[in-house]
Amino acid sequence: MARITIKEDSCKGCEMCVNACPKQLLRLNRDKINAKGYHPAMMTDQSACIGCKSCAIMCPDVCITVEK
Amino acid sequence: MAVVFEKPHALTDVPFHYCPGCTHGIVHRLVAEAIDELGIEGRAVGVASVGCSVFSYNYFSCDMVQSPHGRAQAVATGIKRAQPQDIVFTYQGDGDLAAIGTCETVHAATRGENITVIFINNAIYGMTGGQMAPTSLPGQVTQTTPYGRDVKTAGYPIRMCEMLSTLDGVALAQRVTVDNVKHVNEAKKAIKKAFENQINGLGYSIVEVVSTCPTNWGLAPADAIKWLQDNMLPYYPLGVYKDITASEGGAKA
Amino acid sequence: MAEKVLMKGNEALGEAALRAGCRHFFGYPITPQTELSAYLSKKMPKCGGTFLQAESELAAINMVLGAGATGVRAMTSSSSPGISLKSEGISYIAGSDVPCVIINVQRGGPGLGSIQPSQADYWQATKATGHGDFQIFVLAPSTVQEMADFVALAFDTAEKYRVPAMILSDGMMGQMMEPVSFPEETEITQHDKSWAACGHNNARPHNIVNSLYIEAKDLEKTVIERYERYEKIKANEQRAESYMTEDAEVVIVAYGASSRVSRSAVDMARAEGIKAGLVRPITLWPFPVDAIEKTVANAKQFLAVEMSMGQMVDDVKLVVNGRKPVSFFGRTGGIIPTPAEVLGEIKKLAGKEA
Repeated sequence: MARITIKEDSCKGCEMCVNACPKQLLRLNRDKINAKGYHPAMMTDQSACIGCKSCAIMCPDVCITVEK
Repeated sequence: MAVVFEKPHALTDVPFHYCPGCTHGIVHRLVAEAIDELGIEGRAVGVASVGCSVFSYNYFSCDMVQSPHGRAQAVATGIKRAQPQDIVFTYQGDGDLAAIGTCETVHAATRGENITVIFINNAIYGMTGGQMAPTSLPGQVTQTTPYGRDVKTAGYPIRMCEMLSTLDGVALAQRVTVDNVKHVNEAKKAIKKAFENQINGLGYSIVEVVSTCPTNWGLAPADAIKWLQDNMLPYYPLGVYKDITASEGGAKA
Repeated sequence: MAEKVLMKGNEALGEAALRAGCRHFFGYPITPQTELSAYLSKKMPKCGGTFLQAESELAAINMVLGAGATGVRAMTSSSSPGISLKSEGISYIAGSDVPCVIINVQRGGPGLGSIQPSQADYWQATKATGHGDFQIFVLAPSTVQEMADFVALAFDTAEKYRVPAMILSDGMMGQMMEPVSFPEETEITQHDKSWAACGHNNARPHNIVNSLYIEAKDLEKTVIERYERYEKIKANEQRAESYMTEDAEVVIVAYGASSRVSRSAVDMARAEGIKAGLVRPITLWPFPVDAIEKTVANAKQFLAVEMSMGQMVDDVKLVVNGRKPVSFFGRTGGIIPTPAEVLGEIKKLAGKEA
């Protein structure tokens, strides 16, 4: 059981987290544009998250908090 | 559930101004995590250099001094000599450290100045819009080498860790990168060690981080990572070039 | 006051710095300021201070920026070409509101120039010590005693107003020996250092010592605030010595080495019945407008005497503002004018009507 929280307002949509997730659970949310004008990253299946922190480790904007 | 990863305390809440996918943010976080883990925020003083990372004075929660272009290690020397109990670090790009500030870098290193130097090598001038850096690769197209860096006229890139490792005052010279999780974790260890060396009074420690500049390389963040792996790492091999804490013969990791 | 000792001007600067509580000196060798560095290299280690011979003047001034940014009394010294190199750092120090003291033992210029005494860096010190809108506090000693006395004053003023301070000396003042005495104890005023970046000890928000303002309106506001401080310096810190000016008809304005020559020339003129006097600026910035203003009504002629092609004379003209004629006499390249030469100029002017 693990959960990530993405601070959407700080996200710049660089997809570093998307590419880092070993379970391919992250993608950019094309339906949303944040205050900076980017599509923020989103978790597609929270229940499948293994809490490996890879997304958070690769996020250049320190937007991701991981709980496990 | 418990929080297992969050923004370190040594980073402020000010959002980074860096471009999407710029690895400055990762390295900032690693520096801040090292400061947190060593419990030194209250006595840390950072020196922001000129270039994209000049605004790091807004991002690190410790006291910060902004330096003229290239002079960060001279400024850090002044801080450290005046406040020996403080933990002093510089955060510099390749133009700052390896072009205009080469003299200050070499002499702080050879004096064995007890400071920690974080060196971002992304083979380009970011802030001014993508000119040739001292570390730009042969053939690399930049704003000021539009036909590719011709070594006959523009000379060769400079490998700082290799050069500095010849100096007696250097305690640690290590090159790392942040292109994947494993490498980020290794970079973190190196940065923490560079701070620990200072706490232990061992002298000059430099960690060179091979980094990306997606915007000025004209690449998407993922493509920039690939370009770093294919082009920069062969020219700038990762490894420990000097480590006085390692046993004899254990130099190159 | 303790008994007098015979010292070189450069050594007096060094001893005075120690007595003023300066424990951090960063320098680079250059003639004719060498004795100062040599003196401090002997003394600093004995009192737990830092003497660091930097790799360049650029590095030395930025070490001063770093040390000064943490709130300690930091100093550097050089001579003319070296001050040009330091000018970048001085601009940053001024733009970061960091107090410090810079010594310039002037030599002839431009370029490598000569190693003899000169006053050709007046403009650099008072108008353009680096890029941008800023001023530094500039003191001009004319005796070895003043070399000693002005160091504490420079630090105190620098800290009070958070500006860089310069002692603008020259190769003659630096090299000559005169009796000098130091007070038993130099009073060190404690100024607010809450701005210093020396580690927040988890007790306050982080301090940032910085000269960058990405928003133009923020920079303008900061510069205007700094200029309000400059106005206070102009109002409170002007210093000058007036010699025989009460009835003077020919008023010489000269500072430092050339003021010594001019003073002799005034005595010689008085012996010949010419009503000559001398205003000796002690602060070059702020320029001692008030002292010169007092002489304007009675003066018929002004004469600026400098070891340059004429730099301070511009400031004299700004004060006199066309009310009386202002002439210039100077030697340059490292030549010190003689009293007889200056007397000759006084006589020429005395023969003219205002």
